[in-house]
Amino acid sequence: MSPRPLLPRRTLLAGAAALGAGTLLAPPGRAQLQLDITRGFVEPMPIAVSPFAGDGPAARERGEAIALLVSADLDSSGLFRTIDRRAYIQSPEALREIPRFADWRAINAQALVTGVVRSAEPLLVEFRLWDVFGGTQMKGLRLEAPAASWRRLAHKIADAVYERLTGERGYFDTKIAYIAESGPPTRRIKRVAVMDQDGANHNFLTDGGQLVLTPRLSPDVGTIAYLVFRPPAPRVVLRELASGREIVLGEFPGMSFAPRFSPDGRTLLVSIAQGGDTDLFALDLASRRLRRLTEGASIDTSPSFSPDGSRIAFNSDRGGSPQLYVMNADGSGVRRISFGSGRYGEPEWSPRGDLVAFSKIEKGFFHIGVMKPDGSDERLLTRAFQDESPTWAPNGRVVLFSRQDRTGGRTRLFSIDVTGYNQREIPTPMDASDPNWSAPLP
Amino acid sequence: MNRREALAALSLLSLAACSSSSDTATGSAAGGGAGVGAGGVSSAELGGPGSGRVVPGTQQDLEVNVGDRVFFAFDSSVLDDAARQTLERQAAWLKQFPAVSVTIEGHCDERGTREYNLALGDRRANAVKTYLVALGVSPDRIRTISYGKERPADPGHDETAWALNRRAVTVVNVSN
Repeated sequence: MSPRPLLPRRTLLAGAAALGAGTLLAPPGRAQLQLDITRGFVEPMPIAVSPFAGDGPAARERGEAIALLVSADLDSSGLFRTIDRRAYIQSPEALREIPRFADWRAINAQALVTGVVRSAEPLLVEFRLWDVFGGTQMKGLRLEAPAASWRRLAHKIADAVYERLTGERGYFDTKIAYIAESGPPTRRIKRVAVMDQDGANHNFLTDGGQLVLTPRLSPDVGTIAYLVFRPPAPRVVLRELASGREIVLGEFPGMSFAPRFSPDGRTLLVSIAQGGDTDLFALDLASRRLRRLTEGASIDTSPSFSPDGSRIAFNSDRGGSPQLYVMNADGSGVRRISFGSGRYGEPEWSPRGDLVAFSKIEKGFFHIGVMKPDGSDERLLTRAFQDESPTWAPNGRVVLFSRQDRTGGRTRLFSIDVTGYNQREIPTPMDASDPNWSAPLP
Repeated sequence: MNRREALAALSLLSLAACSSSSDTATGSAAGGGAGVGAGGVSSAELGGPGSGRVVPGTQQDLEVNVGDRVFFAFDSSVLDDAARQTLERQAAWLKQFPAVSVTIEGHCDERGTREYNLALGDRRANAVKTYLVALGVSPDRIRTISYGKERPADPGHDETAWALNRRAVTVVNVSN
């Protein structure tokens, strides 16, 4: 078994601090339990998530709900399989102490999550992750949050479990922005919507009165950029998530679209179409200065920053058909990276930096695929009538995309592991397109 | 409602309008002595569908008598012979109605990504604008907008629908 990779501990602590958490006694020690999620299909790890004990009826009820949500998060990753709680021998109350590991080995749980809700309002929770066969505590956290944020607190526990067992950052305490669709195909009504990664806390940000497309959340998840069809020309607008207030960006010299934030949140890339020519521009959000990055009669759009901000992948037809290119952030050093057959679009640089996701149209099918940033090792993950708009989970292990059926015309969101396994539908209240997965919530 | 249905509905409306007015005419004619006897059949000239109702210089005039749209090949903004002929009629029509200003809407089929199609629709709309300007129409009278693949004319998911959706439509600005 490989040695335990170093956790992105800085991140976890930063996240936990926001919820008023502190690390419980958790001697680092050597880990016996480790899930390698980097290669192909992984047999899901059987895990037990006990209902959390509670100091009083309200706390007990909350403890039940938190445990269910932690299970749902872990199961959705495809890497874990929560054992039916009816098989559990030890009671939640008994689990306030060190578990009787034999009881958990008996049902073949590899790992065990236990917890206590000390207070329901404000919410104060202690949780522990146990290595059942090694008989040791792998993780312990005390978390505090307003009662209304109980789902976020549960997501943070799931993130901690995921991180400790896979060595990869969790992605459960995140949001998804997307376009909610309704109405007939020729007069589609589209609205910007934001929801939790698991579909909870669903919110419409626009009323459907104007056509809106391609929402993108800022790295701090405080602002959202999207395209709105509003006279005199379709344009990119910014909106604060908390207040709903629109931030005026000023006038662009033509139709502006395809907004993308830089990793530091200070720059917004946009495409501007003028007289039939579409080029990439960088808008400095503080000074509102617009800097041209590409020129020429070709279509240059769908930009995506590398996570270190030094390079930009984009889509261009400068070679005769839509292909993927990479350039330096200042527009220099343009290089084509897609050379397979078919038409490529929508490059999305992985937050890990190791891969670029894209959509590809070939022989009547749309695919979501990944390749290295130098164009090598292309792999197609999906094949369907119409798969589009790939967006990465912040740990770079899962890709979210939209799929339109040929029959029935429904458009829905799906996620798939970068390994090509574990494809799942993300439920939305109505049809959904243009997803954008947020960074971990601050 | 697609364009064909819209035109059909329009024709029905016009016919209904004609028949109701001719009913009135027949009613008054009976008293005037110019009608037919009992059991007779009256007849009146009928123009082409909708033609009697079309106001010159309007969107309807453009659609019915000139042609409001041109079509493109896949991932192309090249104007073929048919498109150029339509635009030559449009240019003549625009010269006939100098107060009219228009917006060229560029559209795409669904077989491309959303953002690439926004750019392609812009390219198509501008190909039309450029040709109209070359034919002597003032650029000040022509705006362009791209809808990408957001507003298909035909909701189908086959080559027939896609061919109808790869289009640029000339729309008379209402405010003018």
